[in-house]
This record gives sequence, C-alpha cells and structure tokens, in this order.
Amino acid sequence: MDLPEYQAKEILARYGVAVPEGALARNAIEAEDRARALSCEKFAVKAQIHAGGRGLAGGVRFAATPSAVRDAADALIGTHLVTEQTGPAGEEVDRVWVEAAVDDRRSLYIAFVIDARERRAQLFGARDGGVAFEARAQSDPGLIESLELPPDGDLSGVDVAGFLDRLGLDGAAAPNAAALVAKLVRAAMETDALLVEINPLAILPDGQVVAVDAKMVIDDSALYRHPEFEDIARAAPRDSYERVARENDINFVKMDGDIGVVVNGAGLGLATNDMLIDAGGRPANFMDIRTTATSLQIARGIGVLLGDPAVRAILVNVHGGGMTVCDTVAEAICIAYSRSARKPPIVFRAAGQNAAWARRIMTDRRLPVEPFDDIGGAVRRAIALAKGAG
Amino acid sequence: MAVLLGKDTRVLVQGMTGRAGTFYTDLAMRYGSTYVAGVRPGKAGTTHLDLPVFDGVREAAEATGANASLVLVPPHKAAAAMIEAIEAGIGLVVCVTERVPVHDMLRVRAALNGSETQLVGPNSQGVLAPGLCKIGVMSTADAQPGRVGIVSRSASLTSEIVAQTTAAKLGQSTTIGVGGDPIHGIGFRRCLELFKDDPATEGVILIGEIGGSEEEAAADYLASVDYGKPVVALVVGRHAPAQRRMGHAGTLAVLGGGTADAKLRRLQEAGAVIARNADEVAGLMRKALGPA
Repeated sequence: MDLPEYQAKEILARYGVAVPEGALARNAIEAEDRARALSCEKFAVKAQIHAGGRGLAGGVRFAATPSAVRDAADALIGTHLVTEQTGPAGEEVDRVWVEAAVDDRRSLYIAFVIDARERRAQLFGARDGGVAFEARAQSDPGLIESLELPPDGDLSGVDVAGFLDRLGLDGAAAPNAAALVAKLVRAAMETDALLVEINPLAILPDGQVVAVDAKMVIDDSALYRHPEFEDIARAAPRDSYERVARENDINFVKMDGDIGVVVNGAGLGLATNDMLIDAGGRPANFMDIRTTATSLQIARGIGVLLGDPAVRAILVNVHGGGMTVCDTVAEAICIAYSRSARKPPIVFRAAGQNAAWARRIMTDRRLPVEPFDDIGGAVRRAIALAKGAG
Repeated sequence: MAVLLGKDTRVLVQGMTGRAGTFYTDLAMRYGSTYVAGVRPGKAGTTHLDLPVFDGVREAAEATGANASLVLVPPHKAAAAMIEAIEAGIGLVVCVTERVPVHDMLRVRAALNGSETQLVGPNSQGVLAPGLCKIGVMSTADAQPGRVGIVSRSASLTSEIVAQTTAAKLGQSTTIGVGGDPIHGIGFRRCLELFKDDPATEGVILIGEIGGSEEEAAADYLASVDYGKPVVALVVGRHAPAQRRMGHAGTLAVLGGGTADAKLRRLQEAGAVIARNADEVAGLMRKALGPA
C-alpha cells in the first residue's frame, strides 16, 4: 500500500519526526482558508498522489500569499499529473497539501528500505536531497550511502554516527539527525513499512532537521496486524475494476486494449501478455487469479471484463496446477456469461490439472468458445477475433 | 538423482492437521514420498494420516529421523514455524505459505545466518523430484523423471514448462520454486550451483520475471564459471507497463528492479539461451541438449 505524502507525514509525526505545519485541501477555496490559518511567509502547495517524481512534473507550487495559494490549488486540482512513476495516463489530483514552505537550501535524502538484493533492512542516505535526486541516483548509484539494520531495528550496535558523518553532517545537525534516524527506524519497524523515504530532509541553519517530503509503502501482507490503516486502505484510490478484482482474490491491472485476458498465476499472466503484444494484439488487462479464488470470485473478475465495452474477445489461458484447477475457471466463465448481456467470443486454452473436463464444461454450455491446445494458436485466434474475424 | 531431495529424504509437515496440510500431505504420500511426522502444538501423541504428531519440530525430528520440513501454516505463524525448523537443524525447509509479512522474513533470514538449513520459499509451490519425492503443492500429473532441472519464480509457469518438457520427452530431474516474495530463501544462483553438481541434470531452465535482481545475480554467476550445461532462460513481463504493481512480480520492483529486457540481455551475455516466449522453452532445450 503506497501512502501519499500527507499520510506518511502524519505517521512520521506520531513518532516525533518534525514536519512542516500544514493541512489538506480538496478545493481552491479550502486551500486558501488553510493557508490563512498557517503562520508563515511562504507556502508550498503540493499535489497528493500515490507516485513519486512529483516535483519534476510540476506537482509542487510555491505561493507568497493565501490568494496565490488558491490559484496554485486551482491549477493543480482536477488535473492528471503525469510523472515518471504514474504511467502515461497519470494520476488525477483530487487534493492538495498546503504547508509552510521550509528553507531546504541544505538537505539530505534518507530512507528506510527493505533491500531484496541484500535480503535485509537498510538505511539509505545521500548528500543533497531534493527533486532531481532519483534521476541522479539512477545514473550514479554510488552516491547513495547504506547502513545495514538488524531485523528487530535495534540500533544499539549500529554505527549511525559514522553513517551520518559520511553524509557530511556535523555540528548541531548531527545529533538531531541521529535522533531522526531512531524515530524513522522505529516508525518503519512498527508499521511494517517496506519503504519510508524522506526527501528532502531539510537541515535548517540552526541545525534542526525537518521532513519536507515523505513517502511510505506499507506491506500489504502485514495489514492484518495494523487495524490503524484500515481506513487508509479502504480509501486508497484504485479504479473500480481493480477494486472489484482485489475484493475477489484476483490481481488485476487495467490496460487499454480490446482482448480481455483470463489467466491464473502472475508468471503465466505476464507471459501471456508478452505473447499477445509480440503478435500485435492489445490486452485489455493483466490478470492473475490467486490460488485461493473460488469460481464465484473468478466470475466477478470476468464480469468486469464483460462489462468493458472495449473488450471484443476473451482469451483464457489456464494451466491447472496443484491449487487452481482448470474446471474452476471454466465454471467461473459460465457463471459470468450467464449474468452478462454481452457475450464476446472466447478463445479457451487450458492445460494441466482437469483441462479436458474444463473444455467439456465450456463446450456443453453452448458458449461462443473455441478451444486451443497451444498458447501461440490461442493468442493468434484471439487477435483475429478482436479485429472482427468471424 | 536430484537436487535438494533424495531417496533418504524424510519429511515432516508443520501444520499437517489443518485442511490444506491434510490434503497436500496425503497427495505427497500417495506420490511415493517418505513423510514421517506432523507437527501441531497441543496434539502430541495423536496420529494423523497414520503419521505420529508432535508438539515441536525438534521432538519430531529426533523421534522419526525427519530431515526436511514442509511448512503449511497460516501467514501470521509462518515465520515462527520456519525459525523453529531452522533452529532444530532441519536440512531442507520448504514454505508454501503466501502473504508472509516481509518484516517477519527479515527475522527468518537472520535465523538462517550460520545455519546449514536450505530454505525454499515462502510463497513457493515447493520442490519436486519426479518419481522420487514431492515437498510442496504442485500437480504431479504432467511430471516425469528426466534430464532437465527447472528453477522458477512462478508456480503457474513451472506447471506449463513441466508439461512442455514432458511432452518433448526430456522430463525433469528436479523442479524448484524459489517463491515470489522479495525476501526469501535460496535463489536462482544457489539453484544453478546445485544443478551444476547434479549428474542427473543435463540442462537447466530458468524462469524469471520483471523486478528484483535474482536474474542478474544468476547471470553474474553463469559468467563467472564454466557451467558445462545448457541454460535456457525465459524472463516474462517484457511488455508489462512500467512501474505498475503486478501480482508478486511487481512487489519485487520496490527498489527499482530490472526490466525483463535488461535481465534477458545479461543472461544472454552470460551464455544462456534466451526463450522469447513461454511456448518455445522445451524446444530450445531439446535443441541445446542434442539427441538423448
């Protein structure tokens, strides 16, 4: 679960991390009101989206007066912000965070990460944080300093001072930053965070450190032990397709093509879409039916595809294994088609556990189905059907 | 022979008395694997599926000589179960549980430090040596003893490639699912090392995905040794939209993991044969191996 800036800052503030004074606004008038309540001379107006790269994409504006804050909010709310992390469609801005602008002429990048390469938790840090940091880190990963963390987050045997020294911190800022590290690590450990990124961390002339921007990713697998995130998880903006699929134990990503794809397993789903696109087809989605999904749940996922007017053909590629068997998916297709007025042609490729039985279910129900044994043939036929071949 | 598993593999099941535990233990025993015990706190002294049940892994191993464990417990108990098996000195631990919290896996990794245990998973379909032993939840219907080792991050694609290699009369020496989670047990590189030393394995099929850096580590290893056996690599997700979350594949991209094309390039430079599509994998392996 990706948390936008304001929620990440709210959590960090609970752990004692200093953040600029600010408030959320859903429209321009509200933004102006929020600004009037802040005691500062310069304001930052920041689009709240679930992706990074916001600063470079124009999602952060500065304003000198509350009425200028209103204009900035007006320009941001309702637009689609396209950053290098959102994909070409961008993400709609439906709220902005209005806060006191902080002097971040001197700043750091600092982050708690679960590092899959090293198979452990680490702190990452770099001198000179800010908007262009990610691009710079990509071209020169060597500028990131790292510090190994123990699995329980106990810092007593960890050389935090040496790490901060490598980031060029000295004087009054050094102990403040060490205190920040302790709070950051504790927040990450207690919230099951996969990532807590503070960028920039402003270092004020008096040595105070302030988290000017923050981003958090919480481990979905650990949400069961975090009832405090229930509201956030429910409110997370997801398109309606993905919401229905998620509620039914299906991983689903909407794409912009005309072939609805029904597949079990993330690997087979990715492989099927690779083959479709290589052959000139356009998938309407990525689908990964989880092993725990029932035929009724799968039927709801397929219902989403049948309800999409862009979908002109359905490609089923199921490999029955030890957990998902082919007839479960066949039953699901029958249920979904019986509930739908739209009945686009189905190309049905099933192999593995109960494949023959599944094919029989499909042909017995008189659905517009064409069975195939090989993925390549099924892919080519689905493309032809989507292009209007009878 | 096979890797990880052998004729003397004796399996205990953590969570055997549950519904999934009962179902998969029964299937594995019918397949001919040697299962010797179940572990379920509070049920010591009882039997289940005609096997003795113990309170803990250590007692079960001491009483039955078990040297491998299948972990089939719910996510919130999975890390403790893995750590218990590691601390009891079980040589091979296979965890199929999905959605184990990542922070819990940090503790499991710490428990592995300095231990002899080889951990497979979590979120893995398991390990199968066709005709010999199954520790996992995969179907065995299409598997056949044979010449090819398969290592994969994806259960569904493994099923597909097992069926292909059987149809191509190659068969499998061992199939290993390393699991789809960011922090897990043995990876591609370790599996390649095991297959290199296994006389029954004549070639290896590696099935990767976008995200993470396992494929890159495998490529570095292949480039550093004279591997001596053909490796056919399929890496899926070449056309996945950038930065989108896609099942477990995307979870691994948290640290800006590699694209499928970059992984394929690295593997090709390291000498692997590249399969562009899922349906040409067995054919490429048959060509690389030559006549039997």
